[in-house]
Amino acid sequence: MNTTATPVAEPLNDTLRDWQKQIRECAAHASPLRIAGAGSKHFYGHAVQADAVLETAKHQGVIDYEPTELVVTARCGTPLAEVEALVAKNGQMLAFEAPHFGGGATVGGAVATGLSGPRRMAVGALRDFVLGASLLDGRGDLLHFGGQVMKNVAGYDVSRLMVGALGTLGVVTQASLKVLPVSRTELTLRFNLNAPDALKWLHARLNLPLPISASAWHADALMVRLSGAEAAVSAARKSLGGDEMPEAVAQAHWNALRHQQHNFFAIAANEQLWRLSLPTTTHNLLPEFAQWIEWNGAQRWLRVTADQDVAATAKLIRQAAHQAGGHATLFRASADWQNQVGVFHPLAPAMATLQNKLRHQFDPAGIFNRGCFGSLHSV
Amino acid sequence: MVSLIENEVQADMTSPGVSDKVFVTTAAVREQLMMALSAMLPADAMLSRPEELRPYECDALSAYRVLPMLVVLPYTEAQVIHVLKCCHRMGVPVVARGAGTGLAAGALPHDQGVVLSLARFNKILALDPQACTATVQPGVRNLAISEAAAPYGLYYAPDPSSQIACTIGGNVAENSGGVHCLKYGLTVHNVLRIRVVTIEGEVVEIGGGAPDHAGYDMLALLIGSEGMLAVTTEVTVKLVPKPQLAVCIMASFNDVVKAGNAVADVIAAGIIPAGLEMMDGPTVAAVEDYLHAGYDLKAAAILLCESDGTPDEVAEEVARMRAVLEHSGATDIRVSRDEAERLKFWAGRKAAFPAAGRLSPDYYCMDGTIPRKRLGEMLQAISGMEEKYNLKCINVFHAGDGNLHPLIMFDANIPGELERTEAFGNEILTLSVALGGTITGEHGVGLEKINAMCVQFANDERTLFHRIKQAFDAEGLLNPGKAVPTLHRCAEFGRMHVHHGQLPHPDLPRF
Repeated sequence: MNTTATPVAEPLNDTLRDWQKQIRECAAHASPLRIAGAGSKHFYGHAVQADAVLETAKHQGVIDYEPTELVVTARCGTPLAEVEALVAKNGQMLAFEAPHFGGGATVGGAVATGLSGPRRMAVGALRDFVLGASLLDGRGDLLHFGGQVMKNVAGYDVSRLMVGALGTLGVVTQASLKVLPVSRTELTLRFNLNAPDALKWLHARLNLPLPISASAWHADALMVRLSGAEAAVSAARKSLGGDEMPEAVAQAHWNALRHQQHNFFAIAANEQLWRLSLPTTTHNLLPEFAQWIEWNGAQRWLRVTADQDVAATAKLIRQAAHQAGGHATLFRASADWQNQVGVFHPLAPAMATLQNKLRHQFDPAGIFNRGCFGSLHSV
Repeated sequence: MVSLIENEVQADMTSPGVSDKVFVTTAAVREQLMMALSAMLPADAMLSRPEELRPYECDALSAYRVLPMLVVLPYTEAQVIHVLKCCHRMGVPVVARGAGTGLAAGALPHDQGVVLSLARFNKILALDPQACTATVQPGVRNLAISEAAAPYGLYYAPDPSSQIACTIGGNVAENSGGVHCLKYGLTVHNVLRIRVVTIEGEVVEIGGGAPDHAGYDMLALLIGSEGMLAVTTEVTVKLVPKPQLAVCIMASFNDVVKAGNAVADVIAAGIIPAGLEMMDGPTVAAVEDYLHAGYDLKAAAILLCESDGTPDEVAEEVARMRAVLEHSGATDIRVSRDEAERLKFWAGRKAAFPAAGRLSPDYYCMDGTIPRKRLGEMLQAISGMEEKYNLKCINVFHAGDGNLHPLIMFDANIPGELERTEAFGNEILTLSVALGGTITGEHGVGLEKINAMCVQFANDERTLFHRIKQAFDAEGLLNPGKAVPTLHRCAEFGRMHVHHGQLPHPDLPRF
């Protein structure tokens, strides 16, 4: 590649040479390899079968950051917190507000899981902010896609395809992420509403030009965060009503939700945490389970006490999500339950075939994170 | 039944993309294909006489022309499936086509193949003003979506300049942008779902009403795949509330590098303008001569900087933009006082191409993108190239996202000028890549930039692209020879050659 002079493409350094060697050895013997970062999202997805581990957490460093270019490029093991602190110094943010879930959460782990936080409906998901990536595929070839510019339509969008692939298409060695300026003004309003009314409140405002940057309902309280220009936020503040929360309280609230530090998410051994991803306009669903409702109704967290009939409960939740036009993920649960009911929503057969073919092209020996998608993929 | 597989393959199939497949569709196969197609297609959905095929021989890059073997215009998805299955079975190439407004010969027909026009898929199937979504057929025009959404105070944000004619299916194929994509994103950020048919005739639903989906992000892969992976039959887009007000600032600079720095200063101040465009002095002169819009003829460069939102919000942002531009050395600043004046400011920018057509018999348009901070460097390099190649070049930019459209002026009737122009263009694209950018920001690779793809990607990346293609279309029947060059093709050379300013749709605003 002729762009090695620029920081877009990670050069083949000693670490990558070691990884390359490890990948090629595993591929030669079709021996499965687990890709591990800081382990903060290790719980997510099915347990991986592996003979060896490729450790990414030490591959750290922000390679390039130019505030006026709105892009930061970091190695996969770089702590998210480090990148967030760096861009914050320049009044910028990783606007998708990726959850950390634990100390040391890395850039690579965020890209691999593709999860986004409270601001998702206002600005887009993590995948919307990926501009480029370097990766090692299942042959150990170091490849570079995308770059550091906002507009780039040369070739298929492979860097975005890496997002949420759980490492099964390759090891992302570094990524370029778009950053945005932090909002000049931000405040949070609180409304006392039950779930159906909170959803009605949110749905009535989906098509209005309001600066709503996050929403969350739980235990008969709806929290709505406004972000933007001072004039826009104060006008919305006046028209919406509600009680303004003290800044520190509001901040703590959004952080606890984003990183799932709230008690609700600390599930006991006999409990499961489900994540529903739905069209925003979906009505109040499965009220028999305790819930957090986020993203204007598009993301719902269900805390489920697992009785004897785990399979029937899973079927109920999956069917409700599917009928509403969305899907359900068994987000946190024991490995037994994961295996029993599957973590991810089943794919339509034609889609499963395509995804398997695609995976085979990236990783012919099927070595990366084997089994993490469960029965979703055949490998 | 006799074997219908006639097409000879001279490629090394163990390693995809080493060399182009050579397709040969014999007269007998053509005959049998038409027979098979007519089982499901009405007579008016199949064109085969040369005079009927002629309108399909090129897209908006008219320098490239190939007469297709056959054109089909199906009415239904079932007919699309039938066409693809028949072509797959007989090994006949298929090129999908929307409105044909593409600028990179992405819809150039294959002389041994079928053009699959989606022109009759022109219905808006559903519009949900509460969920802010519209589900449409791929042949619906980009602007028609916004027009349908307007009564609800909503619109579809990506606005390529050809939006009055280009279709959403084409936008999906190219991942189209527009002048507002710095703030509102590209097609990939605004499409929620597509329904596609594979070359094997399988229907696949990708994405949906929820914000994410199990498994891989196939939507990201399919959007911008230039008709190489599947044929789109339905698209669900996100609609956004229309801003109450938009105001445009026109700022003059006496130096292009200063104007380039002002762009960075606006971003550094934490402002994401709704639009941020730049024209250099020669473009301003050309446009003013053509339109008489009252542009500042003394300026070495002009910036158009737009703010949208509620009236209070816009007033606040315009004041901040103005302060930054003054601090960055703007010599003159005008703020649009009403919608008519705002449109007048934009009219010049949108007329840059017809204006260029008056300056020179021919021009050649580039589409590189570079990091914003390298803008000054690029402009100085281009000015050096003007001397080196003894050709004039005027520059218009989507400055906010670093997307350049330099226009090289030449006269194809003067021996050697076309060759010098191509060398000039190639040097700009090579420099775009070297500065950390890309060969195409929004027009796509098509056939035109197939050579430049060799500069941007090494063999390993291009091989992976071919492998992705293999997963969807193992026989390489969809849009053969486009978007990703084979190893052998890498020496080939593409060009956009606009003769006497004549694009196939001369009435359309461009870029």
